[in-house]
Amino acid sequence: MEKILQVKDLELSFHTFGGEVKAIRGVNFDLYKGETLAIVGESGSGKSVTTKSIMRLLPEATSEFKNGEILFGGRDLTKLSDKEMQKIRGKDISMIFQDPMTSLNPTMPIGRQITEPILKHQKISKDEAKKVAIDLLRLVGMPKPELRMKQYPHQFSGGQRQRIVIAIALACNPQILIADEPTTALDVTIQAQILELMKDLQKKIDTSIIFITHDLGVVANVADRVAVMYGGKIVEIGTVDEIFYNPQHPYTWGLLSSMPSMDAEDAKLYAIPGTPPDLLDPPKGDAFALRSEYAMKIDMEQPPPFFKVSDTHMAATWLLHPEAPAVEPPEMVIERMKKFPGSRYYEGSAN
Amino acid sequence: MARYIGKRLIYMFITLALIATFTFFLMKILPGSPIASADKLSPEQRAVVEARYGLDQPLPVQYFDYMFGLLQGDLGISINQFKGANVTDVILSRMGPSAQIGFQGMLLGTVLGILFGMVAALRQNTWVDYGSTIVAIIGISIPSFVFASMLQYWLGLKWDLFPVALWKDGFMSSVLPSIALAMFPLATAARFIRTEMIEVLGSDYITLAKAKGASGSEIAFKHAFRNALIPLITVLGPMAVSILTGSLVVEQIFAIPGIGEQFVKSIMVNDFSIIMGTTIFFSVFLIVVILVVDILYGVIDPRIRLSGGKS
Ligand SMILES: Nc1ncnc2c1ncn2[C@@H]1O[C@H](COP(=O)(O)OP(=O)(O)O)[C@@H](O)[C@H]1O
Ligand SMILES: [Mg+2]
Repeated sequence: MEKILQVKDLELSFHTFGGEVKAIRGVNFDLYKGETLAIVGESGSGKSVTTKSIMRLLPEATSEFKNGEILFGGRDLTKLSDKEMQKIRGKDISMIFQDPMTSLNPTMPIGRQITEPILKHQKISKDEAKKVAIDLLRLVGMPKPELRMKQYPHQFSGGQRQRIVIAIALACNPQILIADEPTTALDVTIQAQILELMKDLQKKIDTSIIFITHDLGVVANVADRVAVMYGGKIVEIGTVDEIFYNPQHPYTWGLLSSMPSMDAEDAKLYAIPGTPPDLLDPPKGDAFALRSEYAMKIDMEQPPPFFKVSDTHMAATWLLHPEAPAVEPPEMVIERMKKFPGSRYYEGSAN
Repeated sequence: MARYIGKRLIYMFITLALIATFTFFLMKILPGSPIASADKLSPEQRAVVEARYGLDQPLPVQYFDYMFGLLQGDLGISINQFKGANVTDVILSRMGPSAQIGFQGMLLGTVLGILFGMVAALRQNTWVDYGSTIVAIIGISIPSFVFASMLQYWLGLKWDLFPVALWKDGFMSSVLPSIALAMFPLATAARFIRTEMIEVLGSDYITLAKAKGASGSEIAFKHAFRNALIPLITVLGPMAVSILTGSLVVEQIFAIPGIGEQFVKSIMVNDFSIIMGTTIFFSVFLIVVILVVDILYGVIDPRIRLSGGKS
């Protein structure tokens, strides 16, 4: 499959009064054409910063690329001038943000907010751009779009606003769409509608999607592959099935265990103990070690490299080292692994 | 909208009536007589003069006479400052210079202030930013009479660019007083716009605008500016007040035959009807400014809909 975006050894820091915040500490992933890659992880793990650095939307004055590259269309985005980035933003790569209540300009009619990127990136008249905008609104399921072009954001509900934001993001048929927790700020029923819409659009348009969420339940619905982020690094990456049914990293186990399950009525919701690492002074070894009951001595001293689980599946944990002792994952993870051909707990299809 | 304005007009009327009543009785309580050299007159002479201006009537009668006149737009007759002249005529004849320097000062101050504030926000923490902050601090802390004197000394006397005082050279005469009046609006606007621009530039919709590929100037002017302008409207009122009070001082210093100068003199000579008339005139001005400000809100910020029900 064709790689449309490659993030290689990306390291990025923020310079703050408190010191250097090492928000991204060596991130690698590829995005393939037409796929949806989910990035999951607790809040503060660096999901937004990773994607904002692809779009170069981080404050220039305080953020700094320390290492690595972001390859898109044969160019390294970390090296482009602001002018060159402006031509890419909204045209080749576009973004949907978390809070639709604040991501639209309150004093500009929504029609103009949708036509803005169209007029910016395409040679097209204002009238034609308006027609495109109306079509986009119809595409995202806005009733009577012609009548709503002149209205302001406050005249729309949260869900409708997110539809408008999605319309803006799709305006120029981007090659990559980044959705940063697009449903988190919405209430549950609206969440479901927006997810439905995104899945629908996924089929209609030929766009690669990076879908950020901290909600694994959402991931199963929309993603082809999943990257699990922790403390500014990707700790495990694989196909949806691999991450859900053959997870290898203790952090992924923790995330899966803290997912509310449908069948277990009595389920006490599990929470991973402890707090995320301090990125001002990140731990030397495995950043998750201090919170993990599976931590070994080496986890405190050396960061684990990626171990290959399958052609599509990698995890950064010393547990995968040939010399590491075999450990039992949590009960519910074993239950999952029993269903996955190729996992060591696989019980066969007869089950 | 029409209903809203109608309602506001009624409130304005009530406010004015209260201000007129309050000023009227305040004037009566204060010591001093509007009749020049009252001490030198014999009681008989005094009675004659008082009768001419209705000052011999009981207080309630005087009050209702005055209020009734007011209803008909009659502000009374000047007692000593302009000897018998109609107060309305006096104010109207003096309005020109005041309005000119007031308007010029406000315009200059707001436009420059917005410019300073914008530049400061866009070049945050550079010398441009610090420079404009210093200007703002100076503008707010230096009293207008000090500033006016400095302008007179440097631009008027030393460099001879503009007339030092008086109202003889048309526009040229208005330059220094306008600058003196502009300082407060300038400083206020600069401070407000800077703070607001910085906040707006950090908001989600600006990030979204960037994500659409908008350039720096498109973001500043198409997206941020209008939103940053909204809170400035709230200080238009205080700015107008500063122009009014400033004009009392500035017109004195530059010897400009405006309302402010005449108001100060009328207070010194206790010209009751001029004081009352000017106070009411100023009040009308301020109340209208406040109404305009509220209407402007709705124009600039689509979220604010003026309706008869609530505002
Ligand atoms: N502008 C910034 N300045 C300093 N630190 C930042 C900034 N933006 C994000 N960070 C830090 O980077 C880390 C990752 O944040 P983020 O990517 O927003 O997490 P999330 O996974 O929840 O999206 C956090 O520790 C956060 O505090
Ligand atoms: Mg985030």
